[in-house]
Order: sequence, then C-alpha cells, then structure tokens
Amino acid sequence: MASATILKSAFLPKRSEWAAATRSSVGRPATAMSLTVRAGSYSDELVKTAKTVASPGRGILAMDESNATCGKRLASIGLENTEANRQAYRTLLVSVPGLGQYISGAILFEETLYQSTTEGKKIVDVLVSQNIVPGIKVDKGLVPLAGSNDESWCQGLDGLASRCASYYQQGARFAKWRTVISIPNGPSALAVKEAAWGLARYAAIAQDNGLVPIVEPEILLDGEHGIDRTFEVALKVWAEVFFYLAENNVLFEGILLKPSMVTPGAESKEKATPEQVAEYTLKLLHRRIPPAVPGIMFLSGGQSEVEATQNLNAMNQSTNPWHISFSYARALQNTCLKTWGGRPENVKAAQEVLLARAAANSLAQLGKYTGEGESAESKKGMYVKNYSY
Amino acid sequence: MSCYRGKYADELIKNAAYIGTPGKGILAADESTGTIGKRLSSINVENVEENRRALRELLFCAPGALQYLSGVILFEETLYQKTADGKPFVDVLTEGGVLPGIKVDKGTVELAGTNGETTTQGHDDLGKRCAKYYEAGARFAKWRAVLNIGPNEPSQLSIDANANGLARYAIICQENGLVPIVEPEILVDGSHDINRCAEVTERVLAACYKALNDHHVLLEGTLLKPNMVTPGSDAAKVPPKVVAEHTVRALQRTVPAAVPAIVFLSGGQSEEEATLNLNAMNQLSGKKPWSLSFSFGRALQQSTLKAWAGKVENVEKARASFLVRCKANSEATLGTYKGDASLSEGASESLHVKGYKY
Repeated sequence: MASATILKSAFLPKRSEWAAATRSSVGRPATAMSLTVRAGSYSDELVKTAKTVASPGRGILAMDESNATCGKRLASIGLENTEANRQAYRTLLVSVPGLGQYISGAILFEETLYQSTTEGKKIVDVLVSQNIVPGIKVDKGLVPLAGSNDESWCQGLDGLASRCASYYQQGARFAKWRTVISIPNGPSALAVKEAAWGLARYAAIAQDNGLVPIVEPEILLDGEHGIDRTFEVALKVWAEVFFYLAENNVLFEGILLKPSMVTPGAESKEKATPEQVAEYTLKLLHRRIPPAVPGIMFLSGGQSEVEATQNLNAMNQSTNPWHISFSYARALQNTCLKTWGGRPENVKAAQEVLLARAAANSLAQLGKYTGEGESAESKKGMYVKNYSY
Repeated sequence: MSCYRGKYADELIKNAAYIGTPGKGILAADESTGTIGKRLSSINVENVEENRRALRELLFCAPGALQYLSGVILFEETLYQKTADGKPFVDVLTEGGVLPGIKVDKGTVELAGTNGETTTQGHDDLGKRCAKYYEAGARFAKWRAVLNIGPNEPSQLSIDANANGLARYAIICQENGLVPIVEPEILVDGSHDINRCAEVTERVLAACYKALNDHHVLLEGTLLKPNMVTPGSDAAKVPPKVVAEHTVRALQRTVPAAVPAIVFLSGGQSEEEATLNLNAMNQLSGKKPWSLSFSFGRALQQSTLKAWAGKVENVEKARASFLVRCKANSEATLGTYKGDASLSEGASESLHVKGYKY
C-alpha cells in the first residue's frame, strides 16, 4: 500500500502570509500604470489619417462587397459576375470627377486593392489622386457561433498582422471589420462578448500595422422590436466594445466607428421620424462614445438612400464632440448602379448620380440637407430580411 | 448554466474519461515540422519526412508501450502517415487502445502593447478542420496558450486573450466530436518562487474556467493540461512533495470537479523530475476529484531519442528506453513509482531551454 502524505494543516496559508504574498506578486511600481496607451510606431500617422477621413463635409464610400455580394449587385442589373465586370463597375465609381470633394475614404475588397481600372491605372492611385484615402476590408466573414442562440461571429484574426502589413504596403491606410448582433436572437451575452472581443483584437492588430481600424458592430435591422429595445442593446454593445478596446491598448484617437443608427426593427409596427432617430442615436453616442474618437461614420443597413441622408442630417443640427458622418454602400450606390445598367453609354450619367448622392450626404454631414430634387429611385427602401452581406 | 449537449456529448464524456484511466496517460508527439527538426538535429538526423515517420513508428510500435498510454497527440502530417509496412498510425494506435489526438492551433502571435506576451491563433475555419480530423480518426485535440511570469506579467490582457481563445477553440472542437485539451502553459522561465507561480496559476486557471463556462463548454468532455506549480527555472529547487502540495492546492481552488482528468505538461523538467513530481501528487491524500496524469513530450522521448540517434540498429535499445519511461509514468499516476526506473543516458538531464519556442 503506497504511503500517503497528508496535506498538513500547517501547509494551509496563514492570514499574514497571504497578505504578504498578494502584495509582493500583485503590487506594481507606480510607473507601470502610466503605460495606458502605448506609443506605437504609427501613432501619429493613425491620428492624422483618422482626422483626414473625418473631415467636415465628407464621408466614406463603402465599396468593399465581396465577390459573391458584388455578384448579387451585378445580377440585379443583368450582368454576369466576372472580374471584368467588377473591374468596370469599380472603375466607374472611383473615376467620378470631383468625388473627393464629398468622399474622404473608400473601403475596398482585397481584389480591388490590387486591381487596375479598365484604363490600366492602379485603383489605389486613382483614389489617392482624387484625395480619397483607400481602405481595405480585412475580416473573413461570419460563421455560426457555437453555444449561442443561432448567432454569428466574425473570423479573420489568423495571420491578420501580416495581411495588414501587406495592405499598408499596397497603399491602404484604414481597415474595416464587420461583425453583427441580432436582436431577435437575444442577443446572448456570449454573442455580444465575442463581437466586442473580436473587434478589439482586430483593432489592436490593425493599428500595430499602420491601418486605422473602423470598428463596426452592426446591430441588424431585422426584427419586430421597437426603438427602445434597440437603444438598450446598443448601450450594452458599445459599453463592451470600448471596454475591450481599452484592454487591448487601442489608441482611441486613431480609430473610426461604423455603428448602426438607433431605429425600430424593420418589421416593427413603430415608425420613427428622422428627428426621433437622431434623438435616440445622439443619446447613445453621448452615453457611450469617448470624445477622443475622431469620427463616427454610420452604416445605412438597408435604409433607402434618402432615409439615410435625412437621418444623418437630423443628427448634425447642432455641434457634436465627434465628426458624425456616413459610410454608405447601398445608400450611395443603388441609383448609380441602376442608372449604369452595365452600359458604357450610361457611365457618365451614373457617375453624375453618384456625385449627387455624395453631395447630398455631404450637406447632411454639415446639417444643411434640404431634400430638394430627390428621385423616386433614391427613396426606395433596400431592406432585405436576413440579409447576408 | 447551459452547456453543449449536441450530438457528440456522450462520446466526448466517454473519451475524456477514458484518457484519465488510472495507469495511463498521453504521449505528446505533436511537434511541428520545425520543432521536430530541432530534436532530430540534436542527434544529427536530417529533418525529412521519412525520418519524422521513422521516429514516430519507433515510438508507436514499441512493444508493450501502448498499454501505458490512453492518448497520443499528433501533428497534422503524422495523422496521415503509415508504418513502413503500410499500416496507418491511426490504426496502430486505435487497435492498441490509444486515442489519436491532433494539435489544431497555428502558433502564437504577439499581443500589441505588451512586453512580448502572446496569444494563440487558429480559430479561422477551425470547425471545418476539426470535422476533417475526426473523419481521419482523431478523437481529441490540443491547443497551447502561453503565458509568462514577469514583473508585470502575465497582464490582464494576456490572461483574457488566452482564456477566451482557449474557450472558443474548446467549444468548436466539441461541436465536431473532438475532446479539447485546454492548455494554458505558464512558462517556468524566471527567478520567481513557488508561491508566485501558485498565485499566477490560480489566477490564470480561474480565468480559463470562467471563459469555458461563458462559452458553454461541456466540462465533462474536456481535459486540462496545466503546468505543475514549481519555482522558476532560475530559483532554488524544491522537493517533489512541495511541488505536489502547491499544485494540488491550486487545482482544488480552480478546477471544477466536472473535469475528468488533468494531464500535466512537463515544460522542461527532466524525465525523472517530471515522473517524481507526478508520483508525489498521486500520493497526497485530500480532495482530488479529477485523475492526475501526464501529457509529456520531451519528458517521455528524451532518452529514447538519444538512444536511437537515427540508427536502425538502435531501434530496439531506444524502444526499451521508451518503455521504461512509459511504465514509470504509469506508476506515477497510481502513486506507486519507487524511483527505480533504470536511468538511461539523459533521464535526469534537465530539458529546460530558456525562452523556449515550441
């Protein structure tokens, strides 16, 4: 029989020992605590880039649709999803004369970052010559979140540092990562935590490699919930996002946010006016977003072009501690795409439409949008249930 | 609190319990191609696929060795390799009553804003990879997180990032039929005393189990692979009994009884040291609701590797060496090891490498 050694009671810690042990192992010299925000090698550049994108009267053109999603856009105007067609469409967008007056940044998909226009000029170079900062989508899409209520999480952290470094070399200066929160599905505490944590890790890595991270936790429009419920969820999500951003030593002056506006759910019986959306959204921002953040660039998430512009305008009727602007995809491109229809003879007209949309949103950023001269197409809602991006 | 109860739940519980069978433990043979290269070069053997295959065949086909093992962790290449006679290693192990396991992490990356601390990557498409490995015969997985002790380390960020990473990996494994081994290794490097190691280990394990619960991981279908609680590599050594007391106490305070087995890493201890420490733990009386066993890499293979030296004529001698270590550790899981394993060359050699990159 093996001899047993009894865990002596003398071995259990005495109160005095415990106090001494915690003091020596947990106590830190005062100087360590002042290291709250690291001085990374890109800090100054990040702050400068963020301020440039968040400049008055300007916002972001989101044109980073993955190939699959771009395919849906092209299909809606009867075009095949080929690289040539994607190239033609993106050439149309970035070559709009004078676009840089209203657009400060353009988010690209990886293919586009390395593409040339149909005339053989690098798309990145065209953007820079237009005074538009190139950005790059770096996430790898949503997958089901194990242990949740049918919710998703966003992948893309593996090898992210070297990818960001390559994108920086190619000319990108900001990045974007989109995760989603679903109100009908809870959201569960796990889903919120996972979304916030993933964004924080991505943001830290992006900054470390010279890219200003756009932080985008999209609270999906889907659902029958009212505006108060959206407000409640948004408060929780943003609290957690900023907690983890802080824990990951992210430089707040060098990030941009891309939130969803606070509205009722798409299937709700409630409808909110632009003034109500503005009131709720501004209250959320004031309670949760540190003033150090230079720019808040709203996503449109299925609102019509006009709705998205009106809501933005309502939010800019008085001064705010952060630049409040837009980062729209469908709400900038929809009418332009339909006007083009894939035909070379329509390019000029389509470009004029895009410029007009950008100009309208520019006015909205300045709080001066009046809504004169809007077409029927631009008022069409673009909400798609269970939209997969 | 709800946890995973999907289609693999019963199988996960059964396999995890099997790995903790008294008298058995895990051989960690999952050295990446780079790391195994270091082992091979230490005995002047070229790092080519055939040599890697030959070494693993030496181990897995050692007569009488498999009875002391409940699992073997493999690197991806090995999962698909065969003996010289053409028999898949997975079959050799399964027929010998040993569960094949697979390393699924993709190494560590630095955490920005810290003093060289790291987090582990490998989550992208992990579900798909696990499903593939399950099809190939794997039944458990392993993911190594690394923390270190320093004046300001481990930082809260490092603890949270690694705990969260482990929990994500764990639930994805369970969804795909693999028992996840949760490995938060706190490196032995440093001059800290055993009490500091105990305090850090307790803090890290508490964070790990909080994260595992938040992610709804089925604890009965997991294993823990922690470091033993010891003084730092530059501090004075203590006897096995002291290591045992500090280690078991830390585990009692942090590891839920639902966890079926704790399989220690050796982390640079010599073969003999690791065995003696494990033995002392199993001799302690007191509350130990999980079985305490081994998941040793270097501490099972070191003298075997030296005895082999890459030569076919040494295989029998090397296998004898391997059998000695397997048997010794098997006895250590029962607290019956008498310290009398014939010490072959290298058994008491420390395997610690400062700042070890795994």
